[in-house]
Amino acid sequence: MNDSINEKEIQKKVRREAFKRNWLLFRQSTLGMIGLGIVFFFFILAILQPILFLTGAWNEAVYHPVVGYEEIKVNLLVVECPDEYPTEKYESSNACPGDGEITQRQIYNPNINPEVGDIHVALLQPSPPSARHLLGTDSLGRDIFSQIMEGSQVAFLLGLLSAIIGVSISTILGTIAAFYGGRVDAYLMRQSDLVLMLPSLPLLFIISAFAELKIWHLAIVLGVIGGLGGSVITIKSQALQVKVKPFVDSARITGGSNMTILFSHILPNVAPLALLFMVFSVTGAIASESILSFLGLLNIEMSWGIMIYLSQTDGYIFSGMAYWWLILPAGLAVTFLAGGFYLVGRGLDDVFNPRLRKR
Amino acid sequence: MKKNVIEVKNLEKYFEVNSGFLNRNKSIVKAVDNISFDIPLGESLGLVGQSGCGKTTTARSLCLLDQKTNGEVKFYNTETQEMDDIDNFDDANLKKFRRNIQMIFQDPYESLNPRWTIKDIILEPLNIHNIGTLNDREEAVKEILTTVGLTPPENYMPRYPHELSGGQRQRVSIARTLVMKPKFVVCDEPTSMLDVSIRISIMDLMLNLAKDLEVSYLYITHDLAVARYMCNRIAVMFNGKIVEIAETEELLKNPIHPYTKRLISSIPVPDPQYQRQEYELNYDELDEIIKNNPDDDMVDIGGNHYIATHDVKDSLY
Amino acid sequence: MSKTVLKVENLNMHYETIAGNVSAVRDVSFELKEGESFGLVGESGCGKTSVAMSLLQLQADNAKISSGSIKLNDEELVTKTEKELRKIRWKGISIVFQGAMNAWNPVVKIGEQIREAIREHYPNNSKEENSEKIKKLFDIVGLEHSIMNRFPHELSGGMKQRAVIALALSCDPKVLIADEPTTALDVVIQDQILKEISKVQELLGLSLIYISHDIAVIAEMTSNMAVMYAGSIVEMGKTSEIFSNPRHAYTKLLLESTPSIVGEKKKLRSLDGEPPSLIGDIKGCTFSPRCPEPSDSCKNQSLEMGLIEAAPDHFVDQCCVECV
Repeated sequence: MNDSINEKEIQKKVRREAFKRNWLLFRQSTLGMIGLGIVFFFFILAILQPILFLTGAWNEAVYHPVVGYEEIKVNLLVVECPDEYPTEKYESSNACPGDGEITQRQIYNPNINPEVGDIHVALLQPSPPSARHLLGTDSLGRDIFSQIMEGSQVAFLLGLLSAIIGVSISTILGTIAAFYGGRVDAYLMRQSDLVLMLPSLPLLFIISAFAELKIWHLAIVLGVIGGLGGSVITIKSQALQVKVKPFVDSARITGGSNMTILFSHILPNVAPLALLFMVFSVTGAIASESILSFLGLLNIEMSWGIMIYLSQTDGYIFSGMAYWWLILPAGLAVTFLAGGFYLVGRGLDDVFNPRLRKR
Repeated sequence: MKKNVIEVKNLEKYFEVNSGFLNRNKSIVKAVDNISFDIPLGESLGLVGQSGCGKTTTARSLCLLDQKTNGEVKFYNTETQEMDDIDNFDDANLKKFRRNIQMIFQDPYESLNPRWTIKDIILEPLNIHNIGTLNDREEAVKEILTTVGLTPPENYMPRYPHELSGGQRQRVSIARTLVMKPKFVVCDEPTSMLDVSIRISIMDLMLNLAKDLEVSYLYITHDLAVARYMCNRIAVMFNGKIVEIAETEELLKNPIHPYTKRLISSIPVPDPQYQRQEYELNYDELDEIIKNNPDDDMVDIGGNHYIATHDVKDSLY
Repeated sequence: MSKTVLKVENLNMHYETIAGNVSAVRDVSFELKEGESFGLVGESGCGKTSVAMSLLQLQADNAKISSGSIKLNDEELVTKTEKELRKIRWKGISIVFQGAMNAWNPVVKIGEQIREAIREHYPNNSKEENSEKIKKLFDIVGLEHSIMNRFPHELSGGMKQRAVIALALSCDPKVLIADEPTTALDVVIQDQILKEISKVQELLGLSLIYISHDIAVIAEMTSNMAVMYAGSIVEMGKTSEIFSNPRHAYTKLLLESTPSIVGEKKKLRSLDGEPPSLIGDIKGCTFSPRCPEPSDSCKNQSLEMGLIEAAPDHFVDQCCVECV
């Protein structure tokens, strides 16, 4: 047998075992598994939309979340309440004591003045969920379900991009602060304090009011604000713990340079904590995006926040549960995906934090 | 005349301690206070004392982890066969010099980087000093793993430290230390966290390697029984000073300094029949005496047995 | 003939973990007589501490006692409820933990913490009575009375450990368990604490269970001892008898691997290999893989483990009798 092949095989086995052990630990955490399920569900939604378009299962003209449009027409007979004839036309069919179908729109439309007995062609938008449109359509006749799918693409893109940017910044700065100490440390810590003190949401309002933020602009802004803030302090404290470990001393005795120690000893050992931060900060990024979109401050075509924003500007948000499909799906999606990432973080915490491990 | 691997003269290490409002009160703690010793090539010196007496600080100063405050430290140069003062090194020489000195730590769970494989851990010194080709380095790793008893090496090289037991990890530490073939290794209680049964095999391994590779150890421990097993000579440290230094058997049979006597009388003996000698010591008095004799020196009382002079003229004696 | 205070019979305890059940204590039986000092020795993970925790019924949540009995003065402890146990714990059996000196509440004075423990068990005592009692305890363990009014951080490690012993004695226990009370202490302080424990034991007529990995300490502290390996007792008897005439291969190796500062400097023997995994079913002799000269019955694992009386009052695991 060749030795090197033998070694490679063991290496593979070791990696597989390590993965299996971590996966076992993660599986112990029920919350983590629920979170992972939720994230996976939305991930499927996000990648399903282009597949549906490509395979032709969906017609882009009808189902496109931004430009797809469907006219739903209904033939309505204008009636009056037979019991109180002749009388004023009622505002809604509920208010009519007798049988009959009256829609508010056509009657109060100043251009149409229908007589009793007319058959009137009405546009029914937003239309409630049906077999054709699983979650109904919005006030423009666009499919809500495809908007949810598009929204999850946006959420994943924004969440992960901003988390990666933020965590890279805070890991590098935190490690540098811990390693060099002194003035560098003091400067970086004051900077974090400053960013922590700034109220981040109002700051985002101002930034997005002045600049037309696209999704990746927002990801960068969120990443930088998150990366300079409190996570630098936490990563620094972790790096400080690693810095005084004997293996760092032993690298130093051997003559390892600062860069060697920084990049090959300290960074790999703060990486698990950084990963944890990353997962948690996805939650924050998704929530921030929804808030900014809801206020109409972003230059994005479609996202979950935009969906709620539209239902708000059209006034449906005030009609209680009558137009639930305009608000609930988007609202729940934001809540669930943000919460899902948070739960995955909790599960990872169980893997990385030996204190909490069940023995 | 036998060559020394290290000569330490009047080594001092002070720490500044800030206290009070806005750190206005500064006081100096003498962690290591004027100590001197030599270690001949291939021999081992045990440094014994209670925790906080300055053993580890001495070790860190010798390994250049902390800058010493005062004193002279000379190392044996394997090329010129002469003693080099470490204060005279420039950066390039310093890096070269670091090949010859290594340290083994107490805690086998903290002294190996948990994110590295065993192979990477042992390769590190070779990589830092850029020794040989990549193949040479890998061969060296295999060889040293075999030497420390982790066979077959291919089975251990791709593993991570947490997959090994405490004893195996300490073997890896020793392998990493010795892969550069250093002349001087500082051991900071390398066996105190291991089980009794494993402890002996590690100590035997270190003794055998010392013989084969001509390594000298500075062996730090609080256990005289371990020091006796490992070392040719023992130095007893108390409050930052070496109070007695002698050949191992001589020190145990004929202790002179009161602190040494107290230390020896407090070691339990694995024999139910044996009655230990009682020896009481007033620490405050000893502290006082040491404080009042700041400039004392070590005197030879014959047979390479040195004691701190504050004893000779005092009632404790 | 003094009477038996504590009797442990066929105690089995396991931990439930992800990887499976870990049998930490396997078929352990021993007796403790009044005023006797009993040593438990073995390497880490051999189940010493698990035995101590079972005696106090303080085991971790995932630990289950599957069978066996623990009798304190003929009172069965295994079947008792948590409430009943609380009465027995400090009063019947008390313990000095490994590293117990770091378990003091940092913001409460030492005296107050001990008083609290006494109040739990003697609710009718007056404050003065309790204070008197603490002073008496401090005299016994060699602490000044003023330490009652100090906070834990003001004391040195040795003083804190003495105070822990005073706390353990505060409710007049019959049995004191000392679980490595001197690890992490310096040799000189260890020496003082050991002397203190011996003195206290003699003075109060306590039964002592001393747990340690260091057979030198066991040799000094105990009259009887048991050697544990992989969850079971492999040899048990008088300390002097075991030291002069060890019969189990593991005991022999343990004795020959301990360095000493007296006598001739001799080559020590090392014990290779690792202790066995205790997960799942265990068959035959657990020590045979590391045994330097295993007998045939050991190698083919035909014998089950179990103590037999090899000499009067000297019990050895039957797998290893042939090795003698």
